[in-house]
Amino acid sequence: MKSILILEDGKKFLGESFGASGETSGEVVFNTSHTGYQEILTDPSYKGQIVTMTYPHIGNYGVNLEDIESRKPFIEGFIVKEYSKIYSNWRAKKSLGDYLKENKIVGIEGIDTRALVKHIREKGSMKGFISTVDFNEKSLLKKVKSADSIVGKDLVKEVTNHKIYKFQTQNKSGKNVVVMDFGVKTNILRSLSSVGLNSIVVPANTSFEKIIGLKPSGIMLSNGPGDPEAVTYAIETVKKLISTHIPIFGICLGHQILGLAMGGKTYKLKFGHHGSNQPIKNLKTERVQIAAENHNFAVNLKTLKNAVPTHKNLNDGTLEGIRYQRVPVFSVQFHPEASPGPHDSRYLFIEFLDMVLKFHNSTIAKSKSMLRNGNPMPTLKLRQAGAKRSRFLSGREGGKKYAKKN
Amino acid sequence: MPKRTDIKKILIIGSGPIIISQACEFDYSGTQACKALREEGYKVILINSNPATIMTDPETADRTYIEPITPEAVEKIIEKERPDALLPTLGGQTGLNTAMKVVENGVLDKYGVIMIGANYNAIKKAEDRDYFKKSMLKIGLDLPKSALVKSLKQAREKLKTIGLPVIIRPSFTLGGTGGGIAQSIEEFEQIIALGLRNSMVHEVLIEQSIVGWKEYELEVMRDKKDNVVIVCSIENFDPMGIHTGDSITVAPAQTLTDKEYQKMRDASLAIIREIGVETGGSNIQFALNPEDGRMVVIEMNPRVSRSSALASKATGFPIAKIAAKLAVGYTLDEIKNDITKLTPASFEPAIDYCVVKIPRFTFEKFPEATDILGISMKSVGEIMAIGRTFKEALQKGLRGLEIGHTGLDNKLDYSKISDDKIKHRLKEPNASRIFYIKYAFQKGYSVKEIFELTKIDPWFLSQIKEIIDLENDLIKLSKKNSKKFPLNKEMLLKAKQYGFSDRQLAEYTGSDEVSIRALRKRNGIEATFKLVDTCAAEFEAYTPYYYSTYESEDETRVSKKKKIMILGGGPNRIGQGIEFDYCCCHAAFALKELGYETIMVNSNPETVSTDYDTSDKLYFEPLTFEDVMNIVDKEKPDGVIVQFGGQTPLNLAKQLEDAGVPIIGTSVKSIDIAENRDKFSKLVKKLNIHQPMNGSANTVEEARIIAKQIGYPVLIRPSYVLGGRAMKIVYEENTLNEFVEEAKIVSMEQPILIDKFLEDAVEVDVDAISDGKVTIIGGIMEHIEEAGVHSGDSACVLPPHTLEDKIIEDIKQCTYSLSRELKVKGLVNIQFAIKNDIVYVLEVNPRASRTVPFVSKATGRPLAKIAAKVMVGKTLKELGITKEIEVKHVSVKESVLPFSRFSGVDIILGPEMKSTGEVMGIDSTFGIAFYKSQIAAGQILPKSGTVFISVRNYDKRDIVFIAKKLSDMKFDIIATRGTAKVLIANNIEAKIVSKISDGSSDILDKIKKGEIKLVINVPSGSKGQYDMMPIRSFAVMQGIPCITTIQGAQAAVTGMEASLKSDFKVKPIQDYLKKIA
Repeated sequence: MKSILILEDGKKFLGESFGASGETSGEVVFNTSHTGYQEILTDPSYKGQIVTMTYPHIGNYGVNLEDIESRKPFIEGFIVKEYSKIYSNWRAKKSLGDYLKENKIVGIEGIDTRALVKHIREKGSMKGFISTVDFNEKSLLKKVKSADSIVGKDLVKEVTNHKIYKFQTQNKSGKNVVVMDFGVKTNILRSLSSVGLNSIVVPANTSFEKIIGLKPSGIMLSNGPGDPEAVTYAIETVKKLISTHIPIFGICLGHQILGLAMGGKTYKLKFGHHGSNQPIKNLKTERVQIAAENHNFAVNLKTLKNAVPTHKNLNDGTLEGIRYQRVPVFSVQFHPEASPGPHDSRYLFIEFLDMVLKFHNSTIAKSKSMLRNGNPMPTLKLRQAGAKRSRFLSGREGGKKYAKKN
Repeated sequence: MPKRTDIKKILIIGSGPIIISQACEFDYSGTQACKALREEGYKVILINSNPATIMTDPETADRTYIEPITPEAVEKIIEKERPDALLPTLGGQTGLNTAMKVVENGVLDKYGVIMIGANYNAIKKAEDRDYFKKSMLKIGLDLPKSALVKSLKQAREKLKTIGLPVIIRPSFTLGGTGGGIAQSIEEFEQIIALGLRNSMVHEVLIEQSIVGWKEYELEVMRDKKDNVVIVCSIENFDPMGIHTGDSITVAPAQTLTDKEYQKMRDASLAIIREIGVETGGSNIQFALNPEDGRMVVIEMNPRVSRSSALASKATGFPIAKIAAKLAVGYTLDEIKNDITKLTPASFEPAIDYCVVKIPRFTFEKFPEATDILGISMKSVGEIMAIGRTFKEALQKGLRGLEIGHTGLDNKLDYSKISDDKIKHRLKEPNASRIFYIKYAFQKGYSVKEIFELTKIDPWFLSQIKEIIDLENDLIKLSKKNSKKFPLNKEMLLKAKQYGFSDRQLAEYTGSDEVSIRALRKRNGIEATFKLVDTCAAEFEAYTPYYYSTYESEDETRVSKKKKIMILGGGPNRIGQGIEFDYCCCHAAFALKELGYETIMVNSNPETVSTDYDTSDKLYFEPLTFEDVMNIVDKEKPDGVIVQFGGQTPLNLAKQLEDAGVPIIGTSVKSIDIAENRDKFSKLVKKLNIHQPMNGSANTVEEARIIAKQIGYPVLIRPSYVLGGRAMKIVYEENTLNEFVEEAKIVSMEQPILIDKFLEDAVEVDVDAISDGKVTIIGGIMEHIEEAGVHSGDSACVLPPHTLEDKIIEDIKQCTYSLSRELKVKGLVNIQFAIKNDIVYVLEVNPRASRTVPFVSKATGRPLAKIAAKVMVGKTLKELGITKEIEVKHVSVKESVLPFSRFSGVDIILGPEMKSTGEVMGIDSTFGIAFYKSQIAAGQILPKSGTVFISVRNYDKRDIVFIAKKLSDMKFDIIATRGTAKVLIANNIEAKIVSKISDGSSDILDKIKKGEIKLVINVPSGSKGQYDMMPIRSFAVMQGIPCITTIQGAQAAVTGMEASLKSDFKVKPIQDYLKKIA
């Protein structure tokens, strides 16, 4: 089936449909990863975006049941040079095309993706529109222009899971971390779990009080889609959370929201960073880690007080990580959880664990001293709640749903 | 971290001659390293015995030793130069092994030289199988079950736990020499025995066979701050069981999910850290079970490799150059990415195209050998093709291989191939399996069936099926449509995107290449060029490195400068290799000096010419008319050079000229006169130059008549080929038929040439340059072996050591008049034979020859550079070239033969070239120069021990003198009856040993036991050759020097004498050349 992609500035590309038929719009971005299309499709951060893969053969290894990052794909559309009709991998269960159709995602192939990428690189990312039904240029142009922009739009509310759920670690003495779900990738939860931390995943609009009520030893601000400034409610919540001195670790959108909560400003990059090969320098160790990135907005370091830059992108100097002074709070713009991408930055989860343990121990010390002083032991609501854990939210999530007590 | 200031002088060991598994990729990496280090202000001392390299150009390093790469020579250089550091990781396995030896000999300690890049322990850990295995287990990585053994007995013991089939790999060898897969006990014992002999440390690894698993390679780089990046992933099309050098490989990996790829990446990082390669590049190989994804580590090369050259070309990330900078202390983030200029080298390249590498085999040169592939490498070259898709890249690669394919075409009629044959050819890996996959699909086999037989991943097989499906559609469609418009625009574009060549489309539509090209252009379907930019277009690229595809956007930036396009030589093969690439590079350097924009077109990833630094623009494309014309259309060059890339571009010259392309240098017409027998004979007659009686024939019958007229023996050969392909000396009429038939096949519609063969003539090669008016001789080389041995296989000496002045003068005059008459503009190579003081001209090649680099090194005069300048209009006078150079030192070129790779092949030299590479020996006397050349070529001439001699009757007189000298040098001589009799009669002590044909294996036993140190065996004419063949093959397999010509024996004895008198000294080329200047 014929399909057409048109950009906001009128540039158009003809191709063939390989996913769902119909129409879609979104901001067109490109991702330079050779592998990991399944993770990319299911990364909620791509809400509002149409992703172009720069590697020309996509679909080669099909789709399996394990490599998914959220409950469903949130991506608006998928652009490739050549979709592989057959797939080959021992874990594969179905073809990429079938997967896209099932999830009603429009895919277009046969595109000179390199020309498209160069166009975006030169002009900046812009809105695009894909259609398998309408080939009238005028009408398409009208549609693409009237499509929503990701700037100023709260996309988080469209991807956050509205239920609280828990992702348990094997470690019985594992501490609990509240994960604010701005569109969390499951591998963040897996990564926390791998260092022995339990995740209690809460919707993005969960109130400060509710979060504190969960008695977390740490807070993870997850990745997510779109413009951080639009997520005002979360910025407010995070401001309050910072003052509790509970350790906070922000990733990607979480990093940006944290920056805003700290009084800083964010700005939009020309075409963002989307790929698995970004050179990130750790300014403390002076070593370079190769990291996956997926963001269009960035934090402006100059607008922040009490912030020490910890990581920098060596390609363009973008700020990639911050440690805040006087509070146990740090964040990174890139994805230490990878998936897709290299595992070079896993150490950040261990650093977070150390902060969580330190906090936990000091809290216990504090409560012990309070106990000695005759004050009652604070109730750990979490433990009580744990008894009422329900079944898996979904097999693919790998995590457990946590039914809230109240 | 800034560069190290505690070291100033760095010694680099090169890789020596081109051999199977070690080719010009090490010139590419070594040259990059020399340049990079000198850029940083270090003094570079270089040792390499291969004169045909850019790295041994006197400008590349500060002190260049063209000496044999042995621990002894390296010690002498260290003693003389006192370098601070040794960089061992750029000269392939040869460089690495030699470096290890000098450490073990205590030389580095003695002179306080440190190793940079990888140290002794790291190399040991990676190279020593047992040590490597322990290291892998320590970091929790999986390996196939294996055991290291030092004897056959031990091997039998270990086999009990591992179980057949097993892979056997000797320790410390190159390209898997002597290894193999054993299915049965008999095979097992045989391969173990061979492996133990081939191993430098008498040790082999027995490994559980994982034949059929998927094979991957990762190119890893590490700096001293422990930053590690993966430059490229490579997936082998052919599964485990075939040496990667012989496999079709694809970059990046195609069938790995991110989870699996990251697991491999994690393992690679862990491995390079555990092995402890401090800085630089390494290549790590993995195998994956396609059924459950179990991943095992196969091996690691702690150095740059063939794969790293491929990865560099495939991604634009110059591994060797960066490895050199890392070795002196820089870190990856301190080095800029040359291509993007703004981003650092501490990243992982993203590519937005597909790269396919296809090996080039030359089994046709060794008819006795089978084309079956295994774990010992057999290919002599490779082509890399870039396309937007695998299908496109595969077809581009196949048409660029120059083995007569226009893409994935049909050379055979599939319907006539039996199922048995198809199954057999699919199951047993071989050089033409890719085409049998096609035949199988055409016969209706399914992807699954072919997978079962080949274990090639279904993804690749399906891609091939898509090509075939489209081919069927194209044929159907063009049958339906009119002849004039056989294909519509849409189908035409699709076909081009699938990589179909115009010639393939011409075949389907019953049209011709030129018409299809015109049809295509009328429909607006033209090749678009895209950049190789390391970053999938994320950043702007400044380096114009292009490949063609059929897309919507073209990225060429055509300048208004005067520009010259240089056509390279394509994949290496026997007869056309690094020497021609050397010339192409020199053309680029020279024309850059004159202010031209230089455009290089080539498809060989191993070369310096395809380094994006060599020319102003690089087009990585197959060398076919279609692909070259696509570039010409875009660039509209002011001149195209076809003289330098060997026969490949010359074969295109006429077609290009007909299409209006400005060919510069000697005219296509002159080239034709030189190649066309009749025209050439007329010319020679006109000039009163002697030529052996000759004629040309189109049929066997004609050949027979001509041969009779001329008188046997005759030399027959096809026209327009290089490397003496299908060239034979025929002694009698009854063998004529067979050879003429073969020559006809190779000749492709051109007549067969028949010459009177001059027995016992001295052959002479001349390289000269002419500007159309003045001709200057670059060098006259006297061959050691008699005429009849291909000049590429013969050793030669410059200046001539036995020719009288008058003969030399005759040769010069012939050269001048031939060049003048042919209006040569550029290089010319002429071969002469001298018999009874008469100078005969054998052939004139108005192009760069294989000896150009050798002559340039021997005389210090860069012939190819001067020729390139002449071709754009400079006169020799303007360039200051007015006199011929007289050298005081002696340079010997010796060829290196691949016989040890092809068991059962006779090592006799003949008119068909068989050598893969060459070395050079330089000294003040012929004896030592020749001795050095032998050592460098791996012919370790002994200083004492027993020599076995057996020569034909014809040479019995000459052998006396040689044997006498050997006897004087205290060698023991054993000889076959006839030879011994002659020796004894001349008072030379000799023991008699029985011939094999007499039913004795005495002599083979002696060779096996290592009792024989040198074999001199000159077999007679056509028949007697086979008698001694087992002895010769056996000696070669054992690494015992084996001399098969009387002249070779004379030279060897002279060399041995000289070496006994005094040990050789080393001297850099710069010092030799100083004396000339």
